[in-house]
Amino acid sequence: MTKAPKKQKKEVKTTGHSWDGIEELNNPLPRWWLWTFYGCIVFALVYMAAYPAIPLLKEATPGFLGWSTRQDVAKDIKKFDDANKALEEKLVATDLTQVSEDAELYHYATSAGAAVFRTWCIQCHGSGGQGAKGFPNLLDDDWLWGGDVETIYTTVTHGIRSSADDDTRTGEMPAWADVLEPDETKSVIEYVLKLSGQDADQQLAEAGAIVFEDNCAACHGDDGTGDRDLGAPNLTDAIWLYGGDRATITETVTKGRHGVMPNWNARLNDADIRSVTLYVHQLGGGE
Amino acid sequence: MWDFVKLVVLGAVVVLAAIAANYARDVAYLVHALIFMAAAGAVFLYTLRNVGKVKVADTGYMDGVIRYGVIATAAWGLVGFFMGVWIASELAFPGLNFQFLEGYGNFGRLRPLHTSAVIFAFGGNALIATSFYVVQRTSAARLWGGNLAWFVFWGYQLVIALAATGYVLGATQSKEYAEFEWVADWSLTVVWVAYLMVFMGTLYKRKEKHIYVANWFYLSFIVTIAMLHIVNNLSIPVSLFGSKSVQVFSGVQDAMVQWWYGHNAVGFFLTAGFLGMMYYFVPKQAERPVFSYKLSIIHFWALIFLYIWAGPHHLHYTALPDWAGTLGMAFSIMLWMPSWGGMINGLMTLSGAWDKLRTDPIIRMMVVSVAFYGMSTFEGPMMSIRAVNSLSHYTDWTIGHVHSGALGWNGMITFGALYFLVPKLWHRERLYSLPMVSWHFWLATIGIVLYASSMWVSGIMEGLMWREVDAQGFLVNSFADTVAAKWPMNVVRATGGAMYLTGAIIMCYNLWMTVKRSPAKAEATAAAPAE
Repeated sequence: MTKAPKKQKKEVKTTGHSWDGIEELNNPLPRWWLWTFYGCIVFALVYMAAYPAIPLLKEATPGFLGWSTRQDVAKDIKKFDDANKALEEKLVATDLTQVSEDAELYHYATSAGAAVFRTWCIQCHGSGGQGAKGFPNLLDDDWLWGGDVETIYTTVTHGIRSSADDDTRTGEMPAWADVLEPDETKSVIEYVLKLSGQDADQQLAEAGAIVFEDNCAACHGDDGTGDRDLGAPNLTDAIWLYGGDRATITETVTKGRHGVMPNWNARLNDADIRSVTLYVHQLGGGE
Repeated sequence: MWDFVKLVVLGAVVVLAAIAANYARDVAYLVHALIFMAAAGAVFLYTLRNVGKVKVADTGYMDGVIRYGVIATAAWGLVGFFMGVWIASELAFPGLNFQFLEGYGNFGRLRPLHTSAVIFAFGGNALIATSFYVVQRTSAARLWGGNLAWFVFWGYQLVIALAATGYVLGATQSKEYAEFEWVADWSLTVVWVAYLMVFMGTLYKRKEKHIYVANWFYLSFIVTIAMLHIVNNLSIPVSLFGSKSVQVFSGVQDAMVQWWYGHNAVGFFLTAGFLGMMYYFVPKQAERPVFSYKLSIIHFWALIFLYIWAGPHHLHYTALPDWAGTLGMAFSIMLWMPSWGGMINGLMTLSGAWDKLRTDPIIRMMVVSVAFYGMSTFEGPMMSIRAVNSLSHYTDWTIGHVHSGALGWNGMITFGALYFLVPKLWHRERLYSLPMVSWHFWLATIGIVLYASSMWVSGIMEGLMWREVDAQGFLVNSFADTVAAKWPMNVVRATGGAMYLTGAIIMCYNLWMTVKRSPAKAEATAAAPAE
């Protein structure tokens, strides 16, 4: 810009400097600006006095309101805990099969159960309860130990093969490599494949049927449909806990399976166990 | 002699880079070593071809590097805006997350590419180029250090190339706005020190008695960014031949250092640096004196003193102790007026020239820029208030806030500066087309308004949905519910971004045609000072 800047007509003078044609007026600080700035500083100082602010040697100044984020959360939680206390007591006192009759109680139980599930269960069973290899899917109709509320309640309370609870559920799938001859193992696997409607060597499967009857039927039943009292899975359907292909079944038969679920009575109170039971029950497979 | 020293050093860099490439433990590092090799090799050949040539002593202002800077700013701007439109479209239409891009071009890789391209490539080049222009004019001195300014320019482009390839190939330290790994970090440190030397050197040999206010802001930006960059990137490379490094700080300390950096990247890169730009280009374009010298002093010192403490407000309701959050919020509140000092000085400089708003679309751009600056520097302190933050944090509101600052303030002031600079730097009488500037202005302004308002709606809705509990205290909405509810706002956001990008494309065409077609200016030799 070669053109010289126009002179301001008002009485305000410039500072007398010019940089590449830029001059600066000597206007005072706008009053409103200055007072708002002071106001903000005062607000900040009062705020710092009111809330935890200045770090000292051991801890920070607490502020005259005595407020803290942790307290705030604790207060919120307590508020709802207090409000829900009656419902929680009612839940413990009500027969599990009857909870769904009471809409308010049922809403409380399934909502609380969802929270418990998201905290403690999703690590193995998945965030939607869809399960994973070795960890049952809770959405389908296939249950190892049974899918009515009472049974689920027992399973959650005492766990499965949990060493910390004498009442835990126990079923034994031994490592059959220690018991059976290699050709017996081979044939029984073909029989299991045939049971579930998969491609199998017919000749071996016939021999396997006898091995099955002698060794496996005690738990899995003569027809292979399993036994819920022993947690023995149904082998005739397409649902598999570890996998239904030849390689995985071979591994299961030869090495055995001993999946574990903790006994939740050690960590959760009865209301929480009831809640999560009802939540799992309504996921889709409840009986 | 000096040429031979240079050749030896460059040759050594080529060989060392080749060795590093040979031992590279990951693809990102391999590519980085090859980039280094190619860059050093190219400079080696260039130097070799010019050995022994008699150099004419340079006089006058050093404008070549600024011309390159202007081109880089415009080009990186297009890249950054396009990446933004692209990932915003992905949010609205997830089908655009193409399978064949997985692992290289998926959202998580492109998002830092967008933010870094806009902040560091577009904004950084704009700051470097304009600071070189402004410091020479307002000091009446040629840039100090000879070709060091060229080293700054090309070194900075090299860092951008390292960062960008690193993101795509998965080299990231997962710190927002500081994602690039140690190889790029160290390179940037070297470049930045050279930048500081050029700037300080030029100020030192200035012919003007006083240092102009724009230069205070530029200098505070360069010095503070150096400090922030070094402290936040203190990390130990896992291997000298790998891209991965491990941070020195951990846990909440790391988070605090990160947001001390992150907030002041906004404060000193995007605020102080761009205020330097504003303090030169607004009075020049308006041809008016700066409104108040006093205000510029007070708000400068208040701004740089207060900004540096405000970082903890990014970590409300986290593992950060309450007291640190309180301090961060208190300083943010106090920061409001010092920030507005720049807005007042920018707007009031126009008093007596308000008619130019009607006639000069470039002034209009600058005014809207300063207005967005004022709006987002009010919004910022407000969002730092704990109660407001409990609603706004982690929502789209934050993203809207950042963009009204970035698109509105940083983008528009840069466009204004580019429109001012191109005719000057290429000695043209005027811009190719003022109506095109108007088109750019309206597309960009409406684009920002769409973007910011959709993100307010979306962010506040998101915040309310997240915190909604039923009578028994249980959450009502799942995260996926909020994602579904945000769909219309995401579409509006992508549309706003696309309008902004369109405006920038028009600008680039206009600037290109200015250089190609506009009549040349009769040479005015008086502008350059005697060396």
